[in-house]
Amino acid sequence: MRKLPSLLFLTLAACLAGHAAAQGVLRIGLNEDPDTLDPTLNRLATGRQPLTALCDKLFDVKTDLTLTPQLAAGYEIAKDGLSVTLKLRPGVKFHDGEPVDAQAVRYNIGRHMQLPGSLRRSELSMVDHVDVVDAATVRFVLKAPQANLLLFGLAERAGMMVAPQAAQRLGDRFGSQPVCAGEYRFVERVPQGRIVVEKFTDYWDAAQTKGDPDRIEYLPISDSTVRLSSLRSGQIQIAERLTPADLPQLAGDARAKIVSASDLGYHYIRYNSGNGARAATFRDVRVRRAVDLAIDRRVLVKALFNDQYLAGNQFVNPNSRYYDKAHPVPARDVAAARRLLQEAGVPRLAFSLLVPPERERQEAAQMIQAMLAEAGITMKIETQEDAVMLQNARRGDFDAIFNFWSGRPHPDGNIYAHIACSGPQNDSKFCDPELDKVMVQAREATSDGERERLYRQVNAILATDYPVSVLWHRRTFTGLSTKVSGFVPHPDSTIRVKGIRLQP
Amino acid sequence: MRFLLFIGRRIALALPTVLILSTLIFLLQRMLPGDPALALAGGEAVDARMLDEIRHKYGLDLPVYVQYGRWLAGALHGYLGVSMRNDIGVSELLAGKLGITLQLALASMAIALAIGIPLGIVAATRKGRLGDAVASGLALTGISIPHFWLGILLVLAFSVHLNWFPASGYVPFREDPVRSVMGFVLPSIVLGTGIAGVLMRHMRSAMLDALQADYVRTARAKGLSEWRVVLRHALRNALMPVVTLGAIEFGQLLAGAVLTEQVFSIPGFGKLLVDSVLNRDYQVVQGLVLVSSVMFIAASLLADVLYFVINPRLRT
Repeated sequence: MRKLPSLLFLTLAACLAGHAAAQGVLRIGLNEDPDTLDPTLNRLATGRQPLTALCDKLFDVKTDLTLTPQLAAGYEIAKDGLSVTLKLRPGVKFHDGEPVDAQAVRYNIGRHMQLPGSLRRSELSMVDHVDVVDAATVRFVLKAPQANLLLFGLAERAGMMVAPQAAQRLGDRFGSQPVCAGEYRFVERVPQGRIVVEKFTDYWDAAQTKGDPDRIEYLPISDSTVRLSSLRSGQIQIAERLTPADLPQLAGDARAKIVSASDLGYHYIRYNSGNGARAATFRDVRVRRAVDLAIDRRVLVKALFNDQYLAGNQFVNPNSRYYDKAHPVPARDVAAARRLLQEAGVPRLAFSLLVPPERERQEAAQMIQAMLAEAGITMKIETQEDAVMLQNARRGDFDAIFNFWSGRPHPDGNIYAHIACSGPQNDSKFCDPELDKVMVQAREATSDGERERLYRQVNAILATDYPVSVLWHRRTFTGLSTKVSGFVPHPDSTIRVKGIRLQP
Repeated sequence: MRFLLFIGRRIALALPTVLILSTLIFLLQRMLPGDPALALAGGEAVDARMLDEIRHKYGLDLPVYVQYGRWLAGALHGYLGVSMRNDIGVSELLAGKLGITLQLALASMAIALAIGIPLGIVAATRKGRLGDAVASGLALTGISIPHFWLGILLVLAFSVHLNWFPASGYVPFREDPVRSVMGFVLPSIVLGTGIAGVLMRHMRSAMLDALQADYVRTARAKGLSEWRVVLRHALRNALMPVVTLGAIEFGQLLAGAVLTEQVFSIPGFGKLLVDSVLNRDYQVVQGLVLVSSVMFIAASLLADVLYFVINPRLRT
């Protein structure tokens, strides 16, 4: 019996020692539970967070949105632009020991293109097939000269390589036990609880990543207030996607700080101008323009987001090289809006706006409703949960819809699928063949200068077409414990764990 | 023998209940607007072909009665399908969460019983006096305070400012027992205080009835001490309605505590249910309702067993 206190003491000491040994654990609070961890099937932006640690890509995107090789060592584009040859980094292994070679790359691209339900297929639509040149070289043969678009695609989930043998063995279950070639390997997942990854000892860049955390736990904490509390109490060391309303709370807290970056995404209203019977309201471009003119974007951003977001009117934010300064954010003009409605024969315009039950868009919709009322426009706010809204949008059962797009580093990813006549995300069935032509030319452009010129043309057309009204671009606010150093915020909102240091 | 017959009858009655419930949930889900394939693809660039592939993969392209038949046949063999959202087997998903939900439910119930029953006894024995007023006030406060608000207050006080307990998250017991237990303290208090209030009200009322019964008067006349009368004679009889209520509350806890799980980011049944309904993850909702209803019935059965233990008259 006398031994009991000693035993209890030893148990407690062992527990505390275990606690102390876990100093190398970085805990990241995510804004929702990631979906499947299969890069081919993953869709949520949050899913990219663990995937970025687990699965290296052929390329990555730097903070200035230029490409940098990752699993690829370099590339060469054929003169006719119809093929791209990639040289792979030598000696790279997947987490199960398989080599990352040309066969593995060919397998992965084939998987992205053929796996039922693949969300990468459209991102690789320009690829005809992949040839293995030698063990360390692959050639992408393209249907259209869209090499630049392909390379940017390979810098996202389409470029993430999974271990072929593991993928074949696990089949549909691969997403719950991913095996890739990233800095960290998968340990376990408690759905909605946490995703645990630990340092991969055979990582190809191990020399550069020695000081990185030994283990990372991704914890889905969907409420930003709770995420913030968890950061302040030291429960997590990184809190992703805080809101402008959270910033004042961290201002006087010595335990945490905020870093931010302009986001690639945008919030916008899509007008149904061609999908089904309800397209009648916004078929006339003057009506679409009138609504656009009646909205004061700067007031929205100031009142709702403490001026922390950027008012916008194009599919890239005003800091982007592809933003066309010839068409700046328009000033509100109620008189012009009324005039346009008179000309269009609908002086008393009335329509419904579909809005998801999300705080930012709900509040914005109410402000827009009041702004439009001053121009004689009656806007009804119709709240629908995401699943219903998506279905109604696809069916054309809407007048206008309040949408959000998370954005892509290549401008094409922000526009083509949304606006092109056959674009899969073009729920309003808006169609301008001239615009399609310029967007395809931009896809095939071989230099940045040419691309900039072509996207200026795209903007000029959009400035007269008004298929959508882009309203604002978010900033991504990431909360960091003061124990974290080496964190660099990226415009694509994805946390790169490489280079992050954690003080005990 | 009488006991076994009683339990057997209860189980026999429970089976059709579960079957009807599962059919209802299956049909209700199908009546919800929203295409699960589109919900799964989210706002991504998916064309009609890809949507068809998703529907085919998860059997959503089959007639509803075939889907139900398949699900039922699978369920009878212990296979509850696959989550569309993360391709994990539903049985595996629920098994992983069962422990978390049970831990939270047991801890909350322990707190509720530890507060509710003593307060109810105090209120009944001090009827009309200060003790009664204080106990009743506390019970009403526990019932009235919204869980969400209390949770945030506790986090601010005990996590952010005092740093005594973690603000959120779940740590498996095997990995770090201290952090695991600490993580359940605040959510259990939030859930437990609400239930404690309800238990206290019922305990008080049942005790008042018991304290006026003839056998209590007899016990007092025999010269037994007041505490012996209360704890030995009145309490045992007064516990019957509280056991029923406790079983119902416990059953509800097993079905998940949505708001509390949300505030503390605990990956239990409640959070899973809400997310799965929103994502139209049919198989998960179906499996979750089945398991929750079975657990609710099991909690009721447990209450029946307790009646037999508490009340010897039922055994004869």
